[in-house]
Amino acid sequence: MAAVAEPLETQAPAAHAVPAPRQFQIVPRAGVPIVAVAVGGLIAAIATNSLWALEFFHVSGGAAWTAIDLFLGLLLGPIIGSMPVPARVEFTTRLMPKMVLLMPTLVILTLGAGFQLARKLGNLSASAPQHGWVVASMIVVGVMATIALGLLEPANIAVLFELRKPKPNPARIERLMKVFIYTAGLTGLMQIATLVIMTKIASL
Amino acid sequence: MGAHDVRLPPVQQLAIASLVLIIIGGIDIAGHLPRHAPLGPVIALLAAAAAVLVLNAGLLARVEPFNWRVFRQVAGWAALGYVVIAGMLEYVFVYDHTRGSQLLILTGMLLVFAANIPLLLGFSVARFQEP
Repeated sequence: MAAVAEPLETQAPAAHAVPAPRQFQIVPRAGVPIVAVAVGGLIAAIATNSLWALEFFHVSGGAAWTAIDLFLGLLLGPIIGSMPVPARVEFTTRLMPKMVLLMPTLVILTLGAGFQLARKLGNLSASAPQHGWVVASMIVVGVMATIALGLLEPANIAVLFELRKPKPNPARIERLMKVFIYTAGLTGLMQIATLVIMTKIASL
Repeated sequence: MGAHDVRLPPVQQLAIASLVLIIIGGIDIAGHLPRHAPLGPVIALLAAAAAVLVLNAGLLARVEPFNWRVFRQVAGWAALGYVVIAGMLEYVFVYDHTRGSQLLILTGMLLVFAANIPLLLGFSVARFQEP
């Protein structure tokens, strides 16, 4: 993956300015009803076992998850890395709260609908021709989940709390943002493996 | 003294280890569906994950000074979110007629999973706060 962030030491003195504390919602409350509607839709899709609804949530959730991961890790990451620290902080303050709600929602929609879909179509059965690919997808998702839950999400939350401090620590923000962007890029690259597996499953 | 000046136990690494054990167990069970997976390895994975979680919580509880107020704040809200997610997964298992020992093991896995994440998130934030 491309370099994400230029070290603070190499930047112009103006870029070292300690960002001012800011007030923002770590979890944007306005987005909670949208999440509730999406999760409610997923529950309804599973309860009715509707093929269309399950495919809708799995495909649309997975497409958004993949695209955002790749965009963030491979395109936006290097751009953020080239910005001066105050601009990075400004951008981070606006982006990260939205990610707190968006990414877990996309993950639960994709995985919840995907598991039920595999079950409904019989792809989980050991005798199904797609079974090996389904298990492979579970392994890839397992690795992605470990990276996301163990590294990406803690970095996301920690950077938001750092930004709300009276004197945020720019070096710490940069370090946490690096973890976030790198892990987003890594899961984005793993999403390519998922795309290969999913298209294989659909082609068999 | 800042929280980051205190020598902290490997809470993040242990939480990830516990999550990995749960995920391996979950993949093993899901890979065998709709048949039952051999229970021995899955129970061993669940027991190991729970032991790592308890060890992790024990190590963290001994950290002083530490900003427990922020830890509780973050872990509490994370727990609420992950109880909803774990509840949804439990609903899917029950809805799909998972019963008996398999349901018991999956429920145990969900509990360990849902306990690990708040601990991890709470620690990740509180470690950078002044005690």
